[in-house]
Amino acid sequence: MNSDDYRDPWAWLPHAVLWLGVAVIAFPLYLTLVASTLTAQEIAQAPMPILPGSQGLANYQAALQTGSTFRMSPPVSSMMWNSFVMALVITFGKITISIISAYAVVFFRFPGRMAAFWLIFITLMLPVEVRIIPTYEVVSDLGMINSFAGLTVPLIASATATLLFRQFFLTIPDEYVEAAKIDGAGPLRFFWDILLPLSRTNIAALFVILFIYGWNQYLWPLLITTDQNMDTIVLGIKKMIGTGDSQTEWHLVMATTVLAILPPVLVVVLMQKWFVKGLVETEK
Amino acid sequence: MASITLTNIIKRYGSGAAANQVVHGVSADVMDSEFIVIVGPSGCGKSTLLRMVAGLEDITSGTIAIGGKVVNGIDPSQRDIAMVFQNYALYPHMNVFGNMAYGLKIAKVPVEEIKARVDKVAKILDLSHLLNRKPRELSGGQRQRVAMGRAIVRQPQVFLFDEPLSNLDAKLRVQTRLEIQKLHRELGITSLFVTHDQVEAMTLAQRMMVMNAGRMEQFGTPEEVYHRPATTFVASFIGSPPMNLLKNATGAKPGHILGIRPEHLDIGTGAWRAVVESVEMLGAERLLYCRLGDEQLVVRAEEATAAPALGQTIGLQPRADRVHHFHAATGMRASA
Repeated sequence: MNSDDYRDPWAWLPHAVLWLGVAVIAFPLYLTLVASTLTAQEIAQAPMPILPGSQGLANYQAALQTGSTFRMSPPVSSMMWNSFVMALVITFGKITISIISAYAVVFFRFPGRMAAFWLIFITLMLPVEVRIIPTYEVVSDLGMINSFAGLTVPLIASATATLLFRQFFLTIPDEYVEAAKIDGAGPLRFFWDILLPLSRTNIAALFVILFIYGWNQYLWPLLITTDQNMDTIVLGIKKMIGTGDSQTEWHLVMATTVLAILPPVLVVVLMQKWFVKGLVETEK
Repeated sequence: MASITLTNIIKRYGSGAAANQVVHGVSADVMDSEFIVIVGPSGCGKSTLLRMVAGLEDITSGTIAIGGKVVNGIDPSQRDIAMVFQNYALYPHMNVFGNMAYGLKIAKVPVEEIKARVDKVAKILDLSHLLNRKPRELSGGQRQRVAMGRAIVRQPQVFLFDEPLSNLDAKLRVQTRLEIQKLHRELGITSLFVTHDQVEAMTLAQRMMVMNAGRMEQFGTPEEVYHRPATTFVASFIGSPPMNLLKNATGAKPGHILGIRPEHLDIGTGAWRAVVESVEMLGAERLLYCRLGDEQLVVRAEEATAAPALGQTIGLQPRADRVHHFHAATGMRASA
């Protein structure tokens, strides 16, 4: 029976719920976008217009190049760059370190192997905030304040990623290892030729998660940077919002916010292809 | 010379009081170019034995020599062997060509030679049109051929097969069995083939090793194993339906077990009076399940003769030259 023949009088309800959900999430984003195209005055005046204004180009240019004059923020372009480098280094660092640790824990036998794994697992239960004071002391003693090293190295080990890779590696049939052994592949060759290609989907998924995690870091960069040039964009946005003693340039804040959202969205959209590809191509 | 010599192979897992010994002193000599089947029920240690020859398991004690050279402790890739796995173990992200070429690539064989060898083997196995496909795009039978191709391309001294036909459907199994036989005739490489299927063993083996609970009970040609089984286990494992083993039938000696195969019982006016309990019609023949005294036995009857009724008593005569005697206590064959 053709589905067109049967009309459910309540068919509109799920659609309505979905539309409501989309509206709740998208509307604030839409307002941000609109506000980024208005002048400061138009924003301050209530009610704020709902349709985009004409200041878009000027606002973005101002934000990217000169930054907010009142809060002495550096230009958004340099903050974007800082965020980008930090997020990328954290992502690559976390993936590399976790995949190698998971490889060691799963495919090798050495004394203290399980102890090492449980130690890594337990540290999962310690969020950044809990260990922040000792970490700060160590980083500062090592002279890594205000550097990219200081921004990234303390965040670079990942128990979550290690656990994820470990679970995935456990599903790899022993026969691949044995066939590779007979073919003459040593441990490094096996890792590079066989394990890595099979881990592509996991790596793509983790790349997205870790990039967004790195991009959104607030507390740690706040503590570790005193030099304004090292500000990340997340820091920058917060600093732009005045505390009352000076006028917040909302139009610039909104423009910066939109710019800040773009890279993670880009990463998700680009990596989506890899996800789906990996899911569709699962082995029988 | 790719002979294989197993000398008193023992495999033990764990140590001390909790040790589990799974292979108890197996010794055998395999000659160059022989096709040997290691057969036995699940858990008898046949796969463990094969893996020790491959180098995938350590040998607790004893020595294995391939081509005259002791290989204990030598890496699998250095033993000049190739293995075909039950689940094919094809690298899923490489295409058929890549899978077959991988071992050669690692051995730094020149690219042109790799291509020549792979193309040649692909032609033998009828895989030439599949070289660019990934394993997931192949059927089970094709995957198994790729697995065999991967082994052949390495031109090893010894082939090791670990239950390669178990994952195939019945028809494909027969087909692949014939292909393996053909390949062995053409290539003549010493082969060790592990299976739990006695039909595969009987049809493929030049000689077979029958294993039970970690012991090698008999090592002989299919003829020898069928006509002169060394133990009651071998007698009942080979042949379908299995050999009848009777303690109390007329003709059985005290303290001995009498063995007679279902096909070696003549129905008519024999000394054994058995009651027919059920009949199975197989098409070309019938199986009669009977009771003789307090023991059960199976008889093969030709389809042409009339089927007896259930409950009917029939006379069975075992053919004198086909009767076997085993010691009841040890299960070992008694000499005549």
